[in-house]
Amino acid sequence: MREYIDGASAIVRGALDAGCTFFAGYPITPASGILMHMMRELPRAGGVAIQGEDEIASIGMCIGASLAGARSMTATSGPGISLYSENIGLAVMGEVPLVIVDVQRLGPATGGATTVGQGDVQFVRWGTSGGYPIIALAPTDAADAYRLTVRAFELADRFRCPVFVLTDKDVAMTPVTVDPDDLRAIPPGPRSVETHGDPYRYHPPGEIHPLHEFGRGAPVRFTGSTHDEQAFITKDRSTIRSLNTHLIAKIEDHLHEIELVDTDPDPGARTLIVSYGVVAGAARVATQAIRRTGRNCSSVVVRSLWPVPEAVLAKALVGVDRVVVAELNPGLYRREIERVAQHCDVVGVNRIDGHLIDPKDIMEAAW
Amino acid sequence: MVTTTITTLGTYRNDRPYPFCPGCGHGQILDRLNDALIELGRRPDEVVIVSDIGCSGLSDQYFDTSAFHGLHGRSITYATGIKLANPDLTVIVIMGDGGTGIGGTHLLSAARRNVGITVLVMNNMNFGMTGGQHSTTTIEGAVTSTTPGGNLEHPLDICATVGVNGAAFVYRGTSFDDDLASTIADAIRTPGFALLDVWDLCTAYFVRSNAFSRRAIAETMEAHGFETGLLRRSTVSGYEAAYRQAADSTGEQRAPRRIPTSFTHDLAGRCSLLLAGSAGAKVNSAARLIGEGAIRSGLWVSQTSDYPVTVKTGHSLAQVTMTPDPAPILPIPAPDALVLLSHDGMRQVGLTLPALRPSARVFTTPEFARIETDARVEVIDLERAGSRVPKASVALAVGAAAVDRLGVYPVDALREAVQAGRFADKNLEAIEAGLAANG
Ligand SMILES: Cc1ncc(C[n+]2csc(CCOP(=O)(O)OP(=O)(O)O)c2C)c(N)n1
Ligand code: SF4
Ligand SMILES: [Mg+2]
Repeated sequence: MREYIDGASAIVRGALDAGCTFFAGYPITPASGILMHMMRELPRAGGVAIQGEDEIASIGMCIGASLAGARSMTATSGPGISLYSENIGLAVMGEVPLVIVDVQRLGPATGGATTVGQGDVQFVRWGTSGGYPIIALAPTDAADAYRLTVRAFELADRFRCPVFVLTDKDVAMTPVTVDPDDLRAIPPGPRSVETHGDPYRYHPPGEIHPLHEFGRGAPVRFTGSTHDEQAFITKDRSTIRSLNTHLIAKIEDHLHEIELVDTDPDPGARTLIVSYGVVAGAARVATQAIRRTGRNCSSVVVRSLWPVPEAVLAKALVGVDRVVVAELNPGLYRREIERVAQHCDVVGVNRIDGHLIDPKDIMEAAW
Repeated sequence: MVTTTITTLGTYRNDRPYPFCPGCGHGQILDRLNDALIELGRRPDEVVIVSDIGCSGLSDQYFDTSAFHGLHGRSITYATGIKLANPDLTVIVIMGDGGTGIGGTHLLSAARRNVGITVLVMNNMNFGMTGGQHSTTTIEGAVTSTTPGGNLEHPLDICATVGVNGAAFVYRGTSFDDDLASTIADAIRTPGFALLDVWDLCTAYFVRSNAFSRRAIAETMEAHGFETGLLRRSTVSGYEAAYRQAADSTGEQRAPRRIPTSFTHDLAGRCSLLLAGSAGAKVNSAARLIGEGAIRSGLWVSQTSDYPVTVKTGHSLAQVTMTPDPAPILPIPAPDALVLLSHDGMRQVGLTLPALRPSARVFTTPEFARIETDARVEVIDLERAGSRVPKASVALAVGAAAVDRLGVYPVDALREAVQAGRFADKNLEAIEAGLAANG
């Protein structure tokens, strides 16, 4: 048996299998498929899906719903992420589990609605004020979009923060053949919640305490302002430092739990090809083709873009002196690789014309 | 198992003193809200006060209820999400007149949806927190820190706006109203969207720059023709209830569509088939069926398409890429076969035609028999089949003929794909017409 589905449907399947019960979104190509499937499927699964009056309302509703006990998701494209910006910060500050799908189109601005791009890779990381961390996963194809959506919900609950599924027009909108076995996941158990005590805790800084939800016996306070552990606004310096340190440490102390990298090492290889998202396909084809010519070549496909999986990358870089980073933007993730691979020659294979990268271009750059 | 006994409170206030300036109306309004909550006696954990930003936005911190303090102007969006996710909660928004401006679209939408929340606007006609700037409700001529020569804008009539747009409960009054507490309680009891526009005094700014007073509020309302009191009341159920009812009638969840692989194929490498035709002529549907036939034959298929945003005019291109093994999404290759169906399609493949290899094949109608290309052009004359093929069936008919001639996979697999889908009879006729044209 096979299935013939696009990434948008796979994301919706993943969300439903992960126990998503709330969705709000505003129509935008190439993300509208997710909204439309959700509007049809979620009420049948006992949840609520709603088309917001704009992107600000959509993400706002999701944040509210999450605090009221729902696993929540929203989906948009670059222009909508711009409008999400302030609320992404609210979810970071208020420690709200939330899944945000960004189906990238070619930018900037309205850009190319039906044109593929990967220009939001830094935007999702730095798209809200303050600079505090988020998590971002990048699926390589429809089946991976399913898996990483499920994973995104797990991570959102675990780390109480916004988790992005950063995909693109070609993965979301291209129907492909999928083995049904690749569209199965162990559903996450119920979200762990706490019903009494302070809604926030900052000690030890790297520890994540369960969420407090409304209506579970004791009043729950929530705020997006700088707050103490009881969610009252504070100007106390040491409390502020504890809060903001916690927001960083709760993610950075657990990098190994988040990192997802497909490594394909070739012993003795001095060239490493780095890719993510839809470009992983061309990178894998190029790696195989190089090896068929008798040369050595390693490949890593980064599936968790943020936080940067530095430990795995460092390991993959041992013995390597040339790194090729292939991406559909002017070289945005390359700067992260350059940071980790300072001893290497790092070259980019980039397309910013709305066309996918040809494996031949990666092969050429690898040599 | 831990059980919690909830007793309703003698007060919903905590012991924190209000932070407001002397004479500020916000504290008075909060006292009346507390009275209303006492009257209602709901579980404090199930009462969520959603505060906006501003001096009014500080309000949640003085209650022992659940609380949500979010972004400026967006309080209604959080309240909506909370109510939809858990309709058992009592959700009360406290916002300033500032929030009705920056979040105006949310105010309108919440009224139109009739979502079952209560919005309490503390309307002091200026931005208190940021230094007395003018807001959407500042009256004409009023002096504020951003209208030193007097405000030139017309004030927003909040009540009339939500009233004509579906709100269930609408009230306008002042912080001095004797019956404010019971009115707030009535608003909270309303199943649908309730709004109270409560005018009050910002003693730090608006009062000082405009010699404003309790009396001036009444005179201003009168002069502007702002009606006061209970302006609207209906008991129609809220959006959250309507949603559940509608959801219950939408039926069961759909099982994923599984496609059996009961046929075999003869494909060694990759084969890519491009259908080029006109919008509205079912080009994409034909491509989807051809792809599904390939899947039924054990092939791995992906399908890309291209069409104008105005979907019913101009061209429609659909490319089906088939491989014997799973393959990633790669740059779309020059097609191995082109099914050329119309002038719209022809205009779009202008650049593709010269790129076709001599081994490539073009399947087309007699009209395009003479196109210039290195590829082999094969004319499919549907009229030979005798019966007239409807326009919407041409793509599938010529496509079926192409599948048959290419011999990549058996036509029976295509027939099976068609039988499993919608419009099976019509589509089967199309296939047979195409095959008949092949002779
Ligand atoms: C996006 C954004 N823009 C601006 C501000 C700054 N700001 C804080 S309170 C406020 C206005 C508050 O006025 P109002 O809602 O009338 O409340 P009041 O202080 O009068 O009770 C503004 C503009 C903000 N917090 N967020
Ligand atoms: S600034 Fe105005 S609104 Fe704010 S507390 Fe003072 S009087 Fe009240
Ligand atoms: Mg105000």
